[in-house]
Amino acid sequence: MSSATATAPAVNAAAPARPRGSRAALYASLSLLALLLVAWQILPTALAVPKYIIPTLSDCIVEFGRMWTSESLLANTASTALYTILGFAIGSALGAALGYLLGMSEFWEKVLSPYILALQIAPKVAFAPLFIMWFGYNAMPKLLVTVLIVFFPVLVNVLQAMRTVDRDLVNLARAYNLSRFQIFLKVEMPSTLPNLMAGLRIASTLAVIGVTVGELVGGNTGLGFLISYGGGQANAAMVFNAIILLTVIGFLLYSALVRAETRLLHYLPKAQF
Amino acid sequence: MALEFRGVTKQFTTNSGAVLTAIRDVTFKVNEGEFVSVVGPSGCGKSTLLSMTAGLYQPTTGEVLVSDQPVTGPNDHVGFMLQKDLLLPWRNIVKNIEFGLEARGAAPGPRRERAMAELKRCHLAGFENHFPYQLSGGMRQRAALARTLAIDPEIILLDEPFSALDAQTKLLLQDSFAATIAESGKTTLLITHDLSEAVLMSDRILVLSERPGTVLTEIKVELPDRAHPLKRRVMPEVGEYAGQIFRHLKLEEKAI
Repeated sequence: MSSATATAPAVNAAAPARPRGSRAALYASLSLLALLLVAWQILPTALAVPKYIIPTLSDCIVEFGRMWTSESLLANTASTALYTILGFAIGSALGAALGYLLGMSEFWEKVLSPYILALQIAPKVAFAPLFIMWFGYNAMPKLLVTVLIVFFPVLVNVLQAMRTVDRDLVNLARAYNLSRFQIFLKVEMPSTLPNLMAGLRIASTLAVIGVTVGELVGGNTGLGFLISYGGGQANAAMVFNAIILLTVIGFLLYSALVRAETRLLHYLPKAQF
Repeated sequence: MALEFRGVTKQFTTNSGAVLTAIRDVTFKVNEGEFVSVVGPSGCGKSTLLSMTAGLYQPTTGEVLVSDQPVTGPNDHVGFMLQKDLLLPWRNIVKNIEFGLEARGAAPGPRRERAMAELKRCHLAGFENHFPYQLSGGMRQRAALARTLAIDPEIILLDEPFSALDAQTKLLLQDSFAATIAESGKTTLLITHDLSEAVLMSDRILVLSERPGTVLTEIKVELPDRAHPLKRRVMPEVGEYAGQIFRHLKLEEKAI
């Protein structure tokens, strides 16, 4: 193929076209949200469901105001958000680091893989009471649960990707006399980036769960604490609000990762619809 | 002597523990500036020859010499190219061409200059900032050739570089590779299963037997225009040469 004829797909691919259906999908999505909110407001009252079972939308909004002033909602939300991000960052950094290390040594991977598998299967949230016994009623247990729960999906994704790096690409780098570290930096690391990002996305959703469980089991701050506190008082609106805020935190973290991913992985051909 | 195999045998141990002899007692020489093709049935160890020349692994017995020096590991004298272009998808074309130069500690300025020169030579000027996925298969292979030439190797090893391309792209790319290689004066070893490709592009053809691969015969291609396979293509002798290789490989007996 001459360079003249090959220009066409090249130009085409350079312009990322937004699919035409996305605007319609956005409107439909927003309408659905509006519909749900209306149903939430009307149905509990219409069906005579008491407020402590399912509070209406307006109940929740009123409760939100009360929580803001007398339950230091902002500080609790900030605390949960902080530990979500911190636990996510530490857990995924450790997971990625161990994934890359084991990916470079087949021997150690074989030695450690049964233990990794066991730990991966063990329900991480069940460790929370143990951590409280060890570290007391402070932020440490919830941070540890989060780190532990985030660690594995990142580790497993990176390890899997390291195993499937194109051998010919590594051989090419070897033939060019690149050192082991240069091969890692210039071939293996970028090759595994898509899998690392996929692992981080899964981990980001788990991070919120880790923090919440930590706060539920033994905490005096954070949204998880507000959930158990509200639950004890039969204040369903308080629980609803805390759950919504937790979802928002998780959603923001996830969105940030998706944005980073689209920027980092710009070189992957986009599927055209 | 640019490249020499002296009684090279290579054995592999398979996963089940059996010893597999890929090639046996292979001896041949390639002169400087010569274009030699290796043809043979699939699984005859053609690619093993290439990997040993590149220094990726060592012969079990015998010696491989590049520029009269035994090959003991990956070295600067050899550049290789496979059927897959092996471009790094996260790098643009010019940075891909620079890839081979990065282990050599060249300053970024001259490195870029060198890469741009190869880019032009391989008719990719204007595509330096494109990413591999934005290029056609033929252009990607040209970029891979530019990357191979950028390290200024003494020998270029080509392992079926055209076999993944469609028929027309293949003809044009063979022509463009032949011209570029002839202009650079590099010694070239082409591994292929396409008999006419071997005839069109080479000075000499080595015919390998089935595994364990040994050199059955050497055929000197006495045709003009090595730098222009498209011109050779219309010569009546091409068919005769291909027929000669065909007979050596005893392909007729295998056709049922």
